[in-house]
Amino acid sequence: MKEFSSLYKAIDETTKTNSKLAAMQAYFQTACHDDAAWAIFFLSGERFKRLINTRVLREWAMQSSQTSSWLFEESYSWVGDLAETVFLLVPSRATTTEGGLAFWVKERIEPLRTVAPDRVHDELMTCWQSIGPSERFLFLKLVTGGLRVGVSKRLVIRAIANAFQLPTELVAHRLTGTWLPTGESFRALISNQIESQLPSQPYPFCLANPIDVESHGIGEANDFLAEWKWDGIRSQLIKRGDQLYVWTRGEERVEDRYPDICQIARQLPDGTVLDGEILAWRNDKPLPFTDLQKRLGRKTVSPKLMRDIPVVFMAYDLLEYRGRDIRSEPLSLRRKWLAEVLNQAEIRLSEPVAIPEQSDAPNWEQLARLRETSRSHGAEGLMLKKWDSPYQVGRVRGAWWKWKIEPLTIDAVLVYAQKGHGKRSSLFTDYTFALWDRDGLVPFAKAYSGLSDSEIREVDAIIKANVKEKFGPVRGVAPILVMELAFENIQLSSRHKSGFAVRFPRILRWRKDKLARDANSLDDLRVLVQAHGMPSQS
Amino acid sequence: MRPAGLFCPQGDFYIDPWRPVTRAVITHAHSDHARWGSKQYLCATDSVSLLRDRLGTDIAVTGLNYGESILVGSVRLSFHPAGHILGSSQIRIENAGHVSIVTGDYKREPDTTCPGFEPLSAHCLVTESTFGLPVFKWPDTTLTAQDIRSWWLDNQALGVTSILYGYALGKSQRVLNMLQDDIGPIFIHGALHKPIDAYRLAGVRLPETKLVSQAPKDFDFSRAMILAVPSAHGTSWINRFRNRSTAMVSGWMQIRGNRRRRAMDRGFVLSDHADWDSLIRTVREVAPEEVWVTHGFADIFSRHLRDLGWNALPLKTEFIGEVNEDKESAPTAAGETE
Repeated sequence: MKEFSSLYKAIDETTKTNSKLAAMQAYFQTACHDDAAWAIFFLSGERFKRLINTRVLREWAMQSSQTSSWLFEESYSWVGDLAETVFLLVPSRATTTEGGLAFWVKERIEPLRTVAPDRVHDELMTCWQSIGPSERFLFLKLVTGGLRVGVSKRLVIRAIANAFQLPTELVAHRLTGTWLPTGESFRALISNQIESQLPSQPYPFCLANPIDVESHGIGEANDFLAEWKWDGIRSQLIKRGDQLYVWTRGEERVEDRYPDICQIARQLPDGTVLDGEILAWRNDKPLPFTDLQKRLGRKTVSPKLMRDIPVVFMAYDLLEYRGRDIRSEPLSLRRKWLAEVLNQAEIRLSEPVAIPEQSDAPNWEQLARLRETSRSHGAEGLMLKKWDSPYQVGRVRGAWWKWKIEPLTIDAVLVYAQKGHGKRSSLFTDYTFALWDRDGLVPFAKAYSGLSDSEIREVDAIIKANVKEKFGPVRGVAPILVMELAFENIQLSSRHKSGFAVRFPRILRWRKDKLARDANSLDDLRVLVQAHGMPSQS
Repeated sequence: MRPAGLFCPQGDFYIDPWRPVTRAVITHAHSDHARWGSKQYLCATDSVSLLRDRLGTDIAVTGLNYGESILVGSVRLSFHPAGHILGSSQIRIENAGHVSIVTGDYKREPDTTCPGFEPLSAHCLVTESTFGLPVFKWPDTTLTAQDIRSWWLDNQALGVTSILYGYALGKSQRVLNMLQDDIGPIFIHGALHKPIDAYRLAGVRLPETKLVSQAPKDFDFSRAMILAVPSAHGTSWINRFRNRSTAMVSGWMQIRGNRRRRAMDRGFVLSDHADWDSLIRTVREVAPEEVWVTHGFADIFSRHLRDLGWNALPLKTEFIGEVNEDKESAPTAAGETE
């Protein structure tokens, strides 16, 4: 525990990527394998879900620090992080910690999940009284979930690769899918033997960089496959050993959620891996993402839900063909084989976009015009993939681009504010925006991002000076701040007070030049819906 | 309370007024307490020169030694050490046997650069609450001093310049006093020059410091400690130090998010304000009949005092709806723009 806590501190205390990398590298070289495996688990952003009820943790903290509940909530609202609040409030006399990370996870932290409710406080106290001051915060972070220490999974992979002189792609591949944090897994991860892979193991996803074609020359339009950019769940469909596996980009296995897709995919030949997107789909068009969301949370899927929200797997790419990893082959060849494979199953192929009345090769102008029509196709823009590119690991510049459409925008008034979490704690950073209606301002969207750090501080000061009312942690703010909001899509919604649901709202810019009365109205939103909107939510 | 601030009608004076008034009694020389434009200023003797540095040499200011009292109107007024910075005072007002104390900003931790807080008893207490939340509990000052020293030594071993940001008046001198100069040379940002001089003149022992601007061209700063004001962070001023590690010293560094947001490498918890336990301890020692809470978490701390059975209420400040919780380290703070 001490070693991992020192690593955590070293990473947390620097803002430099290279120092973080060096600290992790040194840790992996010296840590015992059981501990290192768990370190990978937590550093990659994995966490225990529903380990203990946060209400129970709060009660324990309040009791053992003799803090009244309102005072605890005020503290939490100001600190912005539950683990840190508890850490700062609850006293302890322990001066040192025995046992490594793996011991603490297996013997102390994981058992909290199964402990009888009336015993949880005692168990927490036992842990607390045997953990030293420098490990206490880390312990609470692990118990409450995320480590959020500012390293990406990619950086963890690089540290392991550097520490054991392995290619990063190999480490990335070995870590994809279900990776159990055990000493044995860690030894397999750092082994320099090329082993046979698990049948369920997906490949690391190839990701695209955003681009604005008008301002960046990226070559001839003819060298690229142009497809619609869909807004769904990026996934891999794997058929190996007569078994079917569906992995999302979030590295979750989701076969049981999409029996309709699996039904069709069983026809795929063995030794096939497809890269594609799960989409809610009807009448040759995608349904809004909010519809797809209704199928995300369900462990069991009723026939009614499958009828109401049918899904498809839209295939983009072929990664494994007849049991062979073909990622290094050019896209043109992979697509040719993809079409062959899809012939054997009724899986939808993401076709190159069709340019009306096209006689010769597409040019950028034609594609730009076509991109303007993305919304009417239910797409977010175009994907551009070089025909001669291999399927690479992660976000590599040059071969794949996403050329998104301009977002829809509207000027709205900030009416409520709440303090942020983590890095943004103690500043008002979570805002609710409203638009005008006959009776005044009606809240319609929340937005958290888009302002620079200095703007956030400025807005924070204005909010603090213009608080009208308090509802717990939420502040009602006088209508003086106008911001231009951007969003990807809009639809009518009966579940929202304003009557609209917007997708991915964020702040585009602070309109210091505008007064609240200059902001847009709900009628303006209605016009946007008519022009660009998706069908209403079912 | 009046629009210009806390007013004593029997003595016809304001304490730390935020608008120009005829008679201003000042607890200490930080900019949010000592404001420009009043006709007459009264403060502790040690505050006089700091106040002149801040507000101009032509102000009408009278100093009074700690513990000495004078009659102002019908009230007897005296200054008592608050332990916040040099010259910082609690103001004791006695009127027909009724005693009120205005703490100003204060701390209970040891600080060899100014006399320590003197516990008094009173009927009415006006207390600050800058850190009036239970999450603020200061670590042992000697441990913080050790942390800063070992950070400096580690940086030296790596050939990296140590840049430590702190409040210009009070905090920087306290840190200097802790550091001494046995580790390496200490340089300062221009904004620290005047307050450091004022401390030296008042007889506070501080290690040798040089202005960064006085260092020879191509001077090797890799073993040096640079003290600077927070507003210098992220400006071209610090870019002259190629390899550097940056740290902030402030009570706000207790909260991880505050530190991370500033993109500092380190944050050292050291404050010139009372922490939660000290605030409560002080109320107990003063044992007043009524408590007014101002400057900071006034609502929260007064509510907690009521929970504990005290007769306590927040004292509303006029200008700002919600206090800027960042003031101890805000770029506009005392001396930092000079």
